[in-house]
Amino acid sequence: MAATAAITTTSSPSLVDTLFQRSLDDVIRALRSSPSSASEETVISRALDEIRREIRSPDLDTKSVSLQKLTYLSSLHHLDLSWAAFHALELLPSPSLPHARIGYLAASLSFHPSSTELLPLATHQLRKHFAPSPANPPALAASALHLLALASSPDLGRHLASDLLPLLSSQSAASSSLRAKAVATALRTLAVCPDVAPVLFKPLVDCLSSSDPRTVSAAVGAFCELALAAPDPFPYLPLAPEFYRLLVDSRNNWVLIKVLKIFARLAPLEPRLASRILDPICQLLRRSHAKSLVFECIRTILSSLTDHEEAVRLAVDKVKEFLSSDDDPNLRYLGLRALSMLESAHPWVVEESREAVIKSLSDPDTNIRVESLHLIVGMLCESNVVEICNLLNKYAMKSDPEFANEIIGAMLVTCGKNLYELILDFDWYVALLGEMVRNPHCAKGEEIERQLVDIGLRVRDARPELVRVARDLLIDPALLGNPFLFRVLSASAWVSGEYVEFSRNPVELVEALLQPRINLLPSLIRAVYIQSVFKVMSFCFISFIEQIQAVELLSVGGSTQRSEKNDEQSDTVPLKTTESNVSEGDHGDTTADTVLLLDLIDKKTNFTRESISDLMNLIETAVAPLSECEEVEVQERARNVLGLLFTLRETQFWNIEAAHELKSDKELSEIIELLEAAFSEELGPVSANAQKRVSVPEGLNLNANLSDLSKILTDYDLTPSASISFSLQSYNPQETKEDSVLAVEPSSLLAEHRKRHGLYYLSTQRDGDELNDYPRANEPLLPVDHGDATEDLVKLTTPSLVPRKSKPTKPRPVVIRLDEGDGTSTSHLTTVKKSDNLLSEAIRGVLLENESQPSLSGKLDTSSKRRENDASDNSELISQQIESVTLEHGNSSSRKSRQHRTHKERYESHFKNEDIEKSSRHSIKSSRQHRRHKHRQRGDVTADIVPQTPAIQDFLL
Amino acid sequence: MGIRFVLLVNKQGQTRLAQYYAEHLTLDERRALEGEIVRKCLARTEQQCSFVEHRNYKIVYRRYASLFFLVGVDNDEQMEYTYCGSFTHGRSKQFSSVIAYVAMGAVVDVIAYVNELAILEFIHLFVETMDRHFGNVCELDIMFHLEKAHFMLEEMVMNGCIVETSKSNILAPIQLMEKAS
Repeated sequence: MAATAAITTTSSPSLVDTLFQRSLDDVIRALRSSPSSASEETVISRALDEIRREIRSPDLDTKSVSLQKLTYLSSLHHLDLSWAAFHALELLPSPSLPHARIGYLAASLSFHPSSTELLPLATHQLRKHFAPSPANPPALAASALHLLALASSPDLGRHLASDLLPLLSSQSAASSSLRAKAVATALRTLAVCPDVAPVLFKPLVDCLSSSDPRTVSAAVGAFCELALAAPDPFPYLPLAPEFYRLLVDSRNNWVLIKVLKIFARLAPLEPRLASRILDPICQLLRRSHAKSLVFECIRTILSSLTDHEEAVRLAVDKVKEFLSSDDDPNLRYLGLRALSMLESAHPWVVEESREAVIKSLSDPDTNIRVESLHLIVGMLCESNVVEICNLLNKYAMKSDPEFANEIIGAMLVTCGKNLYELILDFDWYVALLGEMVRNPHCAKGEEIERQLVDIGLRVRDARPELVRVARDLLIDPALLGNPFLFRVLSASAWVSGEYVEFSRNPVELVEALLQPRINLLPSLIRAVYIQSVFKVMSFCFISFIEQIQAVELLSVGGSTQRSEKNDEQSDTVPLKTTESNVSEGDHGDTTADTVLLLDLIDKKTNFTRESISDLMNLIETAVAPLSECEEVEVQERARNVLGLLFTLRETQFWNIEAAHELKSDKELSEIIELLEAAFSEELGPVSANAQKRVSVPEGLNLNANLSDLSKILTDYDLTPSASISFSLQSYNPQETKEDSVLAVEPSSLLAEHRKRHGLYYLSTQRDGDELNDYPRANEPLLPVDHGDATEDLVKLTTPSLVPRKSKPTKPRPVVIRLDEGDGTSTSHLTTVKKSDNLLSEAIRGVLLENESQPSLSGKLDTSSKRRENDASDNSELISQQIESVTLEHGNSSSRKSRQHRTHKERYESHFKNEDIEKSSRHSIKSSRQHRRHKHRQRGDVTADIVPQTPAIQDFLL
Repeated sequence: MGIRFVLLVNKQGQTRLAQYYAEHLTLDERRALEGEIVRKCLARTEQQCSFVEHRNYKIVYRRYASLFFLVGVDNDEQMEYTYCGSFTHGRSKQFSSVIAYVAMGAVVDVIAYVNELAILEFIHLFVETMDRHFGNVCELDIMFHLEKAHFMLEEMVMNGCIVETSKSNILAPIQLMEKAS
């Protein structure tokens, strides 16, 4: 800006400039003839230099041409126009119409209350141009209105609102186009400064009944905007008769579309209104040829008149026509859009058009494909989820990357909704997750990771399949090349480590976890891998020891049966309860799958000294280099693994032949005990609300300023990890082992703390504290039935790609749900616009005041007295009053004033309710319920208000 | 608010007319928005529908020869993503301890502000009006008579509302002005 000023002061406009000024056309030609963008830049900057000189010329012609050039450059070449704001203002009062219009055009393209400080300077000029006088051609007033509509600030609106009145109420035919424009400008003024509603609203209402079609059209448009933007359209209900008249009489499609939109908003408020407008709308739907109008009728019926079966039927027929229009993608798209409106209210509609919807999945247009995908996913229910998801997954394999991810994302969201409520067969779902990962375009790693871990924690029955899927993912070297899938691999590694007891071949697992290509993974995920190796190794070792014990017991008992051996083994060492459940379940089965499982048990128990020692050597070779790794997490975990490895090597278990020797070896039995203790505790999901339950202890001031602490803390080198203490279960096992000696003091403090606030910790004892009000993770599990286990295995072996008629043949496995806050707690992102509220309050003031004036006038005194009395009343009293009024409603005339007052209160409380609703909508279902509830509420209110608004009464009865 | 902006852009992505309504964007924002939209629309074929969602707008567009007519309106039907709570997994310190996830929420309960097909009709009306005035209108006409195109648009749209749909009414003030000069 300073530079601009410098240029303009140094070079004052001369006569030469005026004489040889280049016109806009010259500049455009110069621009067009410039071959490259670089030369275009020079043309523009040269033109800009000229403009800066010329625009200061006292000659209005020169000034206007230079402003015209600047406007062109600014509009099409994104040049700053704001510095010329004053020059634009200078042109406004020019007696020459073209000059003034150039000024207005520049102003309307660049002025905005937030960026133009000069706007108040225009106030007077705008007022002058609004005034009806022969000196003002309508074109000028139109431009002035346009500028006001675009650049209205609250101040400007307030000052000019009354000047709009003559334009709004003029009756002459010549000014009819101005009147329409004034209506649109008034709308903007209302939006910017709601406090002018008392001035502008009445004339706006009058415009609705004007004889001039343009005015009516503009007024309907304005009310459409107002009613749609209002958080509560109730204040516009008294205007319904006017709109109804237009709906029946008007032949203008533009007007009809707007009227339909208004009714779509008003109809839910008043059931009688809905039945009244139904017939005209259906007629329009039948006879109109304009697709836009037909579509608007459909949309109105589907959004607001869904209770009227016949109309819905008619609309659906039209929607089907839209869907089948092969030559017009627009209609197909809108048809799908219309279907999605009915998804929850009338699912049968979507079912009926199922074929068209599925066909649209392969439409050339991505938008149509996405719409159809949403519809298909919306159709999912327990009985068809398997079939449809398998189809979708296959389809995703063939689709382009973007749409493939769209499909995968939609499946993940729908299936994971509300704690997997659609899923009966978790084995299938886990396998599906595994297949999704195989899609080469899959980029939804994070969500798949979350679900894999979450299912592991929540659904005990799904764990064997989960481990199988995780193994398949881990041993696939191809997946290591896709960075989007690293998170999935991390989840797989964690799952196979945590639930290693279900693994068929732990050695193979270790090989997969330690393959050289894991170097490709980010360090945090490698840390997960190594931690899993730790778990697998300790599992193998413990199994080996158990095996020795079992063999000895067997030889004592003299039994040779394998299954019994297994039973006894799990009896003697109750290591993992789930595992013994599973093996018990299989015991006695004769199918081929039992062999499979026995094989599994076999493998697991079939550790020899050699295999254990091989495993250890393998781990040592692979992990040893990592103990020097630069990444802290990896290094720490690698060292943990090696630490355990060396400790085990030092023990004498190599020489132990029998269990009694084992018992005598104190060191070894201690290690075994420790290892068992470290991993036997099961992980469960933690409620999102758990933190909230911790009450603030007395004497703890959370708001105290802790800035002094930072001084003290800088003296110590505190690593952040030292401050993380989750709960006992978040402890890493090696920490408990190795740090136990070093960190006696903190742990004793922790123990004391836990004793004091034990309620808020997950139970630390194995058997669990029954009194604990916190639900134990995985507690309410049913033991697996023998028969079901077979079926489970059969299912496991059938390829899940074959679409199955999934009659729920087995009970759905238990999915752990913590409390009502789990997974369903929502917070809504939308916020209510404050200005909208202001505006509608103002308008309510105008409209309802108008309507209720006659009935109020006589009782004003009493009501105001009562109001004074009530001022001290609290809300309880008010609610009591509301009850009493609804009970005695209409009984006595003496209560009328009181009744009116309660209305007002109700509006207010209703408003508050709605705000709250907006801010905390729960889910589709609950919001639907809310809405229904809202309607009922509004119905009550209107029933009360009818006696005071004769217009509606006459119209509806 | 109905119409948010009207844009005319040629196949090379050069803006030929831009009018924003009650939407204050800085020059850089405008440049970015126009570029993004044009790229999106240019990538689409004739067989695809005329509605594109972009940021918080729904764009209704139509192509006439080398010019794209784009009208941006409020996208009120966009799917809403609702935050649905978070989970803390116990021992798994390796994972981010709090894994938040989003789920697809409900389609917002509002009546669409604009009728997409009506906007298409509006675009066609605008083109026909220019055609009547310039006679077989082409990109050059709009370039050299930008202010006339703006005046026509001013007659048709006020504050984002369509106020005039009759071609002769739209052209009357311009013809008056031409006669005067």
